[in-house]
Amino acid sequence: MSRTAIAASGPGPEPGRILPSWLKVSGRILASFAVTLLGLAALTFFIGRLLPLDPVVAVLGDNVTQEAYQAMYRQLGLDQPLYVQFGRYIWGVLHLDFGMALTTGKPVMADIARVFPATIELASVAIMIGTSLGIPLGVLSAMYRGSLIDQIVRVVGLIGYSAPNFWLGLMGLVLFYATLGWVGGPGRIDFTYEFDLEPVTGFLLIDSLLAGNWEMFGNAVSHIVLPASILAFSSLAYISRMTRSFMMEQLGQEYVVTARVKGLSWARTVWGHAFRNIAVQVVTVVALSYAFLLEGAVLTETVFAWPGFGRYLTNALLAGDMNAVVGCTLLVGVIFVTLNLLCDLLYRVFDPRTR
Amino acid sequence: MAPQPIDPASGRGLRAWLAAPVPSSPFQARMQQLSLKWWRLRANPAALFGLAIIVLIALTALFAPLIATHDIYAQDLTMRLQRPSAAHWFGTDELGRDIFSRLVFGARITLYIALLTAVIAAPLGLIVGTTSGYLGGWVDIVLMRIVDIFLAFPSLVLALAFVAALGPGIDHAIIAIALAAWPPIARLARAETLSIRKSDYIAAVRLQGASPLRIILGHVVPMCIPSVVVRITLNMASIILTAAGLGFLGLGAQPPSPEWGAMLASGREFILTNGWIAGIPGLAILVTSLAFNLFGDGLRDILDPRHG
Repeated sequence: MSRTAIAASGPGPEPGRILPSWLKVSGRILASFAVTLLGLAALTFFIGRLLPLDPVVAVLGDNVTQEAYQAMYRQLGLDQPLYVQFGRYIWGVLHLDFGMALTTGKPVMADIARVFPATIELASVAIMIGTSLGIPLGVLSAMYRGSLIDQIVRVVGLIGYSAPNFWLGLMGLVLFYATLGWVGGPGRIDFTYEFDLEPVTGFLLIDSLLAGNWEMFGNAVSHIVLPASILAFSSLAYISRMTRSFMMEQLGQEYVVTARVKGLSWARTVWGHAFRNIAVQVVTVVALSYAFLLEGAVLTETVFAWPGFGRYLTNALLAGDMNAVVGCTLLVGVIFVTLNLLCDLLYRVFDPRTR
Repeated sequence: MAPQPIDPASGRGLRAWLAAPVPSSPFQARMQQLSLKWWRLRANPAALFGLAIIVLIALTALFAPLIATHDIYAQDLTMRLQRPSAAHWFGTDELGRDIFSRLVFGARITLYIALLTAVIAAPLGLIVGTTSGYLGGWVDIVLMRIVDIFLAFPSLVLALAFVAALGPGIDHAIIAIALAAWPPIARLARAETLSIRKSDYIAAVRLQGASPLRIILGHVVPMCIPSVVVRITLNMASIILTAAGLGFLGLGAQPPSPEWGAMLASGREFILTNGWIAGIPGLAILVTSLAFNLFGDGLRDILDPRHG
């Protein structure tokens, strides 16, 4: 910026600038977002090509004639140069076309659209449990640092970080389903209800409520509560740990002392003043742990026979169905990057210090 | 990096040597730093506990043939699904194999995966991070963009995709986990390098005509190693969990290997009647990863005061 521009710049928009700064910043963020997405596509394309199994054999099986092999080889575009194949792949991705899934014989995108609501439902219930417990626990352990509750939260958090969630799931099934009978077993719903419902949103909890079928709603709740709690455990650990450290930072600030000196109670100081200052940070942590739940879902769904995205991915992996694997991987990557972008934007909008 | 255990009671000479206000050699200075860190670690019972468990598991893995009570592959269908007893401390599995012995040998596989992953991921991350940080400019932009892309996938999903492409198996699982584990290390090494490259001794080396390659390998990388070691210790827990997850899904170590995740998966069928078959390997995974988390937390408190 030249000296005259500095002199001219007062309150209000600077005359020297054509674009307002927020537009420039968001432009830069969006550009890097686009580059990252292209990179994601390139990486998944590369993974798809790494394949030691022959894609033609994967489609047709071992016993094919030379002509049929050649025909499929050309049909899959494998005779084209790599950059043409990559171009086609990107073109397909832009049109949400990941090819056909070998295991189901349907387009990968249609499969994902079918199984994804089950995972979203599971992850959403899990994040609700994780957030509603994790934030208060984190704040409490920061308020009473070193106390018994702080120690308990720390230990619970450590176990949440360290325990394999597929093992927790199995043990939970043994205890709460087989022994105590408190919850429903594997699957989203009992078999008797399986075909009773016309899917509207794909979320069983919402669909059964829309249909006014309370019995079914109760059954769906009894099935989701255990996998969601197990899944919530690790995000609870993460959320409470981060909330604690954000809160500790705030409680060391002078305004907290001021508020206390002015006679405000400890609880009101913490919740009314300090918590407001960490709210944005906490929201970003919650958003990030939501993304990590998708990762946890892969194993949890396998244990609970949950017909969602994770189990679809696992089945595709075991069958060597690369189209489905690549589609699922790319989707998770895109969700991750998008949530990160949203967090970044949230920070910029709500935290004036980042502007 | 486990600090050398130095027993202050072992002799006045050693104690005085370690407490000397002015060290007389670089070696003495280094040992003094180490002993300080060891004293700080001793004040942290949780971290010590973690270290003790890690040492115990390492010893178990090392002396597995001496500790194991039975042949881990020998099947004995007359003895299948036995409850824990004096003959079989943790019972037997569906093929009559002794679970305790399999668990002991499984420690080898778990540590093998964790160490080999660290040996692949740490140098890769270190080289990429230091190169990116030292050279800056376009190299930095391109390399960090690649790191960002790898970081955009949750590590388990990325490892799954790589294993799908490479085929199941323990070595492929290690490569896959390492490919998912190097980007955070590259980030860390780059951040360290950015502060190192402005220092006077780097300028001095450069004035003497050293090439960028020589500066990075000989003068920047050694400075980044301690923080990378801490980071990789902290990552061990998640590496172990990912490896167990791959084994559980049938994509890592293959049966009859006594890998803990694979053992857990095979015990799944009998979970309602013979819960210990799946329960015990899961507990072993939990304890190992907990130990690395406890020790890693302690190490970070010592070596990185900002998080204290």
